[in-house]
Amino acid sequence: MTEQMTSKSAAAIDRAKAQGRAALIGYLPAGYPDVQSSIDAGIAMARNGADLIEIGIPYSDPVMDGAVIQAATTEAIANGFRVADVFDVVAGITAATDAAVLVMTYWNPVMRMGVDEFSRRLAEAGGAGLITPDLIPDEAAEWMAASDKYGLDRVFLVAPSSTPERMAMTVEASRGFVYAVSIMGVTGTRQSVSSSAEKVVADTHAAGAERVCVGLGVSNADHVREIAAYADGVIVGTALVAAIRDGGVDAVAELTKNLSAGLGRATAQA
Amino acid sequence: MVDASTGNSQENVADVFLEGGASLRNATGPYFGSYGGRWMPESLIAALDEVEDTFEKAKADPEFLAQLKDLNKNYSGRPSLLTEAKRFSQHAGGARIFLKREDLNHTGSHKINNVLGQALLAKRMGKTRVIAETGAGQHGVASATAAALLGLECVVYMGAEDCRRQALNVARMQLLGATVVPVTNGSQTLKDAINDALRDWVANVDNTHYLLGTAAGAHPFPAMVRFFHEVIGEEARAQILEQTGRLPDVVCACIGGGSNAIGLFHSFLDDASVKIYGFEAGGDGVETGRHAAAITLGRPGVLHGARSYLMQDEDGQTVESHSISAGLDYPSVGPEHSYLADIGRVTYEPITDTEAMDAFRLLCRTEGIIPAIESSHALAGAIKVGKQLTEGKENPADTIIIVNLSGRGDKDVETAAEWFNMLDEEGHVKGTTLSTRKPKGASERSNLEIGTEEVSKDQN
Repeated sequence: MTEQMTSKSAAAIDRAKAQGRAALIGYLPAGYPDVQSSIDAGIAMARNGADLIEIGIPYSDPVMDGAVIQAATTEAIANGFRVADVFDVVAGITAATDAAVLVMTYWNPVMRMGVDEFSRRLAEAGGAGLITPDLIPDEAAEWMAASDKYGLDRVFLVAPSSTPERMAMTVEASRGFVYAVSIMGVTGTRQSVSSSAEKVVADTHAAGAERVCVGLGVSNADHVREIAAYADGVIVGTALVAAIRDGGVDAVAELTKNLSAGLGRATAQA
Repeated sequence: MVDASTGNSQENVADVFLEGGASLRNATGPYFGSYGGRWMPESLIAALDEVEDTFEKAKADPEFLAQLKDLNKNYSGRPSLLTEAKRFSQHAGGARIFLKREDLNHTGSHKINNVLGQALLAKRMGKTRVIAETGAGQHGVASATAAALLGLECVVYMGAEDCRRQALNVARMQLLGATVVPVTNGSQTLKDAINDALRDWVANVDNTHYLLGTAAGAHPFPAMVRFFHEVIGEEARAQILEQTGRLPDVVCACIGGGSNAIGLFHSFLDDASVKIYGFEAGGDGVETGRHAAAITLGRPGVLHGARSYLMQDEDGQTVESHSISAGLDYPSVGPEHSYLADIGRVTYEPITDTEAMDAFRLLCRTEGIIPAIESSHALAGAIKVGKQLTEGKENPADTIIIVNLSGRGDKDVETAAEWFNMLDEEGHVKGTTLSTRKPKGASERSNLEIGTEEVSKDQN
């Protein structure tokens, strides 16, 4: 894994590790239900136990997302979200908290703005890097160059279906951490954590990754507790999106606090 | 829109390639110039590798090729005819127009070529289930057909808007034993059906093959789908040589994702004397913004796994496409077409709904053939090109054009009846007592197990 002292995500995960626990990573889409709410919700996550914040860019064709996130991002676009708004969301959260803020985005919006231009603006906003669900390292030459130029983390995904060769290649290309998909499927809450998750994490560690975080289907404190036992970080998305949908920023704060209890420690103050 | 200079540039480019000994027919992917690739979630890469590996081995396996050939001949009815459209030709400046009759294939379109190939591959991979997307329903019907033939479970994703436009095809798929899932996301058309099929695939990849219906998507789909359709061009080339003794001046086809077109074009790419035209769906007119002309007005981007021309806004959000033809209603296009457009080998032009429907009616009345509305775009384009190439010529019949008649229009009769104002306010054909709607008593039959409940409800 390409490591640099400047990796904000790695630093945030290592701070959690120093406290003897896994990191909590909370996802919400930018601009849902509006830009200011997504800033407030990101701050609320950071102040209630999230070590890293993942801000999604609403996109017209989110093939890796299930119904809840699709509905939220479709509404964000209908409410007038523009891609450049994501930089305001990142800046708003990083100005108010110490959390590392990553952007999760499908690739076409980045390509349309220009990979270099997008990277420059993300770095200026204080962003830590990108999580890229539909960009594999094989197609990422432009992003590799831009992320090096602006000191951004590049979080690629590994899956239960990844071969050892692809896993090694993906680990090598990643910086900050590697995102382990827990299950073959799309985002969405599930009753239990897939048994394949632990194996993916072990394989990714064995392939040389220092930090591996698990996402997809992680919905409650019990899931967090289970995954925190073997992963460096736990990623929660759909459950938080449902919380902001049903109960606004307060519900996000409450759920984050609840989830962080699964990490086995008191709520940290950001 | 079509002008003589484009023809010259095609010849020049072809010359450059052919003089250098290069061939445009050997492109195997994953890239076509800067287009194509695999802009896909990691979760699906292993499945794409498996498909690629199985396809490459099958392509080199005489047993597989013999099996495919047998199905093409004895099940689909290949070779499809090449029919000279003599009365229709009079409306195209007198150029001789030949129709490659993919409408005569089993299931009524070119789509069967690809699904038989891919369904055989699915069996080779040990998959028990195939999923497919469909726009007009042609690919869905073809997939359901191949699945029934080979004993595979079949689920077809179809935009809810398309289910409405193509209700008869929904019923056909259900009769064939497939489950049709109406997709209510986004624009409720083809692109959204592909999104949902991809979501299904990632969750069920162990037992499921995604039988993608067009020459788009991630590698190996563009090259593989083309391979299964190359038979169109191979037959057409041999047939025109037999019937006229020479190569055509023009070959043309309609372009949605571009599978029928790439199948026809492929055999002629290296023939410098043959001009090639692809006709995109111009909808209400490209100046209105309501169209599906990805090459004409799009810009490169990534969608559904491939880099290609894409209709997108300033933010990179996919723009909803519009066309009277459900099968062309797709905001991107196969990556090989983007490449052929950039190097100037193929000329891509938009055809409006009105132009396509005029050509539709013309073919009905001059040749006794009801074409698919998709294929009518190619017919309209042939009329334009024919008039242009024959202008001022003493012997217009010296100009020979092959049009890919990619499908038959039975599925489009209701759309056409609406377009030509043949229906009264209740949707009945004017001047008859016949109803084009569901007869009384149908609801009592809806408990027959012929499909999904959601669709039955929609139709009731």
